[in-house]
Amino acid sequence: MSTTARDLVPPESRAPSGAPAKRVRSGKVRRLSRRDKIVLTLMVGIPTLIQLVFIWLPTLLSIGLSFTRWNGLALTDIRPAGAANYQYISQDYPPFWPAMQHNVLWLGFLALVATPLGLLLAVLLDQKIRGSKIYQSIFFAPVMLSLALIGIIWQLFYQRDNGLLNFVLGTSGTPQAVDWFGDSSVNIWAALIAATWRHAGYVMLLYLAGLKGVDPTLKEAAAIDGANAGQTFFRVVFPAMRPINIVIVVITIIESLRAFDVVYVINRGTNGLELISALVIQNLVGEGQVIGVGSALAVVLLVISLVPIVFYLSRTFGKENKA
Amino acid sequence: MSTTATRAGLPAAEAHRSGSKPKRHYGTHIFLSAMAVMWLVPLGWALFTALRPIASTNEHGYFSFAGDFNFDNFVQAWTQGGFAKYFWNSVIISVPAVLLVLFLASMMAFAVSRVSWKFNVTLLIMFTAGNLLPPQVLAAPLFEMAKHFEVPYAFSDSGNMLNTYIVVIAVNTAFQMGFCTFVLSNYMKALSADLTEAALVDGAGIWRQYREIIMPLCRPAFAALGTLEVIFIYNDYFWPLIFIQSGDRLPVTTAINNLQGEFLNNYNLLAAGAVITVIPTLIVYLLLQRQFVAGLTLGSSKG
Repeated sequence: MSTTARDLVPPESRAPSGAPAKRVRSGKVRRLSRRDKIVLTLMVGIPTLIQLVFIWLPTLLSIGLSFTRWNGLALTDIRPAGAANYQYISQDYPPFWPAMQHNVLWLGFLALVATPLGLLLAVLLDQKIRGSKIYQSIFFAPVMLSLALIGIIWQLFYQRDNGLLNFVLGTSGTPQAVDWFGDSSVNIWAALIAATWRHAGYVMLLYLAGLKGVDPTLKEAAAIDGANAGQTFFRVVFPAMRPINIVIVVITIIESLRAFDVVYVINRGTNGLELISALVIQNLVGEGQVIGVGSALAVVLLVISLVPIVFYLSRTFGKENKA
Repeated sequence: MSTTATRAGLPAAEAHRSGSKPKRHYGTHIFLSAMAVMWLVPLGWALFTALRPIASTNEHGYFSFAGDFNFDNFVQAWTQGGFAKYFWNSVIISVPAVLLVLFLASMMAFAVSRVSWKFNVTLLIMFTAGNLLPPQVLAAPLFEMAKHFEVPYAFSDSGNMLNTYIVVIAVNTAFQMGFCTFVLSNYMKALSADLTEAALVDGAGIWRQYREIIMPLCRPAFAALGTLEVIFIYNDYFWPLIFIQSGDRLPVTTAINNLQGEFLNNYNLLAAGAVITVIPTLIVYLLLQRQFVAGLTLGSSKG
């Protein structure tokens, strides 16, 4: 956190001690010419406008549309619907609760399997071992692939008749052969393994950077105090990586809410692979174009996402606001 | 950012000195090798399948080394799948999007980090938050906005903004801008305030400070972010899926989904198609891996 906090403090407030920050600030404003002000307005205004129009206006519209009934055709067809869409998704929309469960499962799996695996790989590769760079390149390779492509690559691996997995298990060509992505009792787990393949490499990469930043004298001090390797790691090194830990927590939660591409490539998020994100899109592109229902689902996703987002922002910018 | 680099550099050197105890890591190597094999198997299987003609797999089965190995599937997938067109579409979308993202984010980052004014933290929070939202939250309104934004048919054959590259570029730009602004503003904050103070004394305006002093110093950050964004936008599956309806305008990442239907039951062709789409990423991986990794860690170490 120390680096972060220091770097996030605006340069002005690091002004020579003695001169109050306020005066430096107002002095600076005065030095801006008329032309500078126009240039600055444009430099801030254009990106902000784009951000407002393409990100925040749609977010507000999603909230607004979730309280309406609309088929997506003429704007005059929009009818107020109160909370009917929310009532519908929670009570009468069969895929909603399975999707919620799958999102929770997705988060649990990434948090309890994929992220710890990435951390383990990082800790092992941070030692001076031969071939560390080669291992790193291998584990990191899936991070560069799109999740859509990962879905296809694993599809080849998981297929019932010609996939490698069924050959290895000896079930290929027999009635016991499992269609790993097609069988609704196992496909969420198969998809989670494909997602882990990418997520663990990403986490490994971030922790490798984090481990390099830990002051080695901390480890030495712990060793002198008689701590074993496990104690040193869990009591000293891991807490020292707090800023990275926060980023990883946020990334893990957000990735599990954003999970979409893999399941959409497999079967559009149906038949055992329902996720909230996929249901939003099904309601948007499907025949009936039920925008209200899709928006209500989007709002559910938004509200859940706001938890990690607010947590992260308050961690990152909290100090700065107080300054 | 420079502070981070030096901080990270020192401990590494010290660790080298102190790590003099010779340790054998047999257990570690066994575990890592097993994991590495598991990591490579799905990719290896795709490549293996792609290299075998359908005739040999039909004759000997997929799990066999018998028969020919050649690049016929790649040639066939390339021509039959229309990859030249899809790759061109990817270029049309990702090149302007990456340039726009970096340009707009650098201006915004400059304004919030080098000039002190009331709302800079608020705006930075807004930008960062926007990047963290799941894109599905915005999909329906953005789709409807594009659909109801009518333009002359000469401009778009759909009569609105759907099915145009511009809307995909614009939304990608808006969505990636938050992350780049966040990273670049941290980078710029770490640059000494004296740099622009001196320029100010010399009478340089805001634009010259941005263009001639800060921009050249940010080159390493641009290299890292540029590489990262090329991969991010090339790998984007979602926005073209929402906005582009005619198959021949899809970029390659979104188009591969349709190949599953096109190459029905010819898994060799599908595998070849998958491997073809990896090639641009592979080139970046081999040539610019350091930039890519730097970009990823740049964003996170500042959390």
